[in-house]
Amino acid sequence: MTKMQNFLKGLIRENPVLVLILGTCPTLATTTSILNALGMGVAATVVLVCSNMAISALRRVIPDKVRIPCYIVLIAGFVTAVELLLHAFVPSLYNSLGIYLALIVVNCIILGRAEMYASKNGVINSAVDGLGMGCGFILALFAMSFIREVFGAGSFCGIEIPGLSKYCIPILAKTPGGFLVFGCLITAVNALSHGKAIKKKDFGCAGCPSAATCGKLSCTDEEKTGEEAAK
Amino acid sequence: MRFLMIIMTSVLVNNYVLSRFLGICPFLGVSKKLNQATGMGVAVTFVMLLATSVTWPIQRFLLDRFNLGYLQTIVFILVIAALVQFVEIVLKKYLPALHASLGIYLPLITTNCAVLGVTINNIRDGYNFAEAMVSSLGCGVGFLFAMVLFSGVRSRLEDADPPKAFRGLPITLIAAAITSLSLFGFSGVATGLFGG
Repeated sequence: MTKMQNFLKGLIRENPVLVLILGTCPTLATTTSILNALGMGVAATVVLVCSNMAISALRRVIPDKVRIPCYIVLIAGFVTAVELLLHAFVPSLYNSLGIYLALIVVNCIILGRAEMYASKNGVINSAVDGLGMGCGFILALFAMSFIREVFGAGSFCGIEIPGLSKYCIPILAKTPGGFLVFGCLITAVNALSHGKAIKKKDFGCAGCPSAATCGKLSCTDEEKTGEEAAK
Repeated sequence: MRFLMIIMTSVLVNNYVLSRFLGICPFLGVSKKLNQATGMGVAVTFVMLLATSVTWPIQRFLLDRFNLGYLQTIVFILVIAALVQFVEIVLKKYLPALHASLGIYLPLITTNCAVLGVTINNIRDGYNFAEAMVSSLGCGVGFLFAMVLFSGVRSRLEDADPPKAFRGLPITLIAAAITSLSLFGFSGVATGLFGG
């Protein structure tokens, strides 16, 4: 796989939010305005690229048994750095993202990519993978926040769109609208890809560090019988 | 009265799952069956209480005292991860019956943003120790409440026959939107009842 393909796969084919269904919490919570969503996306991307590189560089040093705590500490370090930088240089964004900034630590995209990709591949490839996944995350956040801000609040990046603000649908910018828009976006991806998009089971779950336990609980019966048949 | 208001706010008005979007992964992943949803909810409540009882003193007596506030994120996530491991080992050794029913949910909780969220929020809201514990209890109960509520909705979804593209996660999310709409009615209740 060339570097370009490696980068592009994160954008659409394996989009972390819309196809792999990772990182749902920040996707729903920070997309009420476009600027917040972009800020969140960029912050998470920076952390993702840095942590992917660090984990990939240390992959032969970290013992397999305690790898998850090691990854979490590394990621938490980068998150703290990003938090301090934002607090110093972009305080308005720091305030509006609030607690969700610290919660990048438990964002499953980052831990998922560490476990799935960075722990098995070289430093440069991992950086490219992180950048691609990060851009995919930004893209998905932008799509969500665009719909929610333009139709929910009648504005674009905080600037009111004349004529539209009278007819906006405020519920889209509120909590229920988050679930609704997210559901509709995934439906659109499903419909456009004719179900060819990689199934959640194949990717998102395997990437999650708790897949082994979670799989037992959330796999549907068909998946289970399929697995048994395969055995 | 203040405790009642904190509980009311965190269960109904600022419900962690349905209005603050924390802990969405277990909410969507483990809410298919009522007993699993309840188990997960109880386990999360338990860990939230435990985590707050450890992180609050750490913040107050260690981080604030030595001006180490910037280490909050790292310290809290480590404490939670260690705590969950510890609880699992203790339960396995001394309370195997409880471990059998809650054990499988515990590893999932380490990376649950609701737990980290509640510990950080308690500090940011400036609660004292008792208020922080009450608020954790409220958030946990709110989580349990959302899980139980949604598992009921999902059991109906199983029999539904949506268009092909909506099958699976999308229809679940849209159901979640309607469920969260039902909690929307409570906004303003706490301030209305207790006068801010």
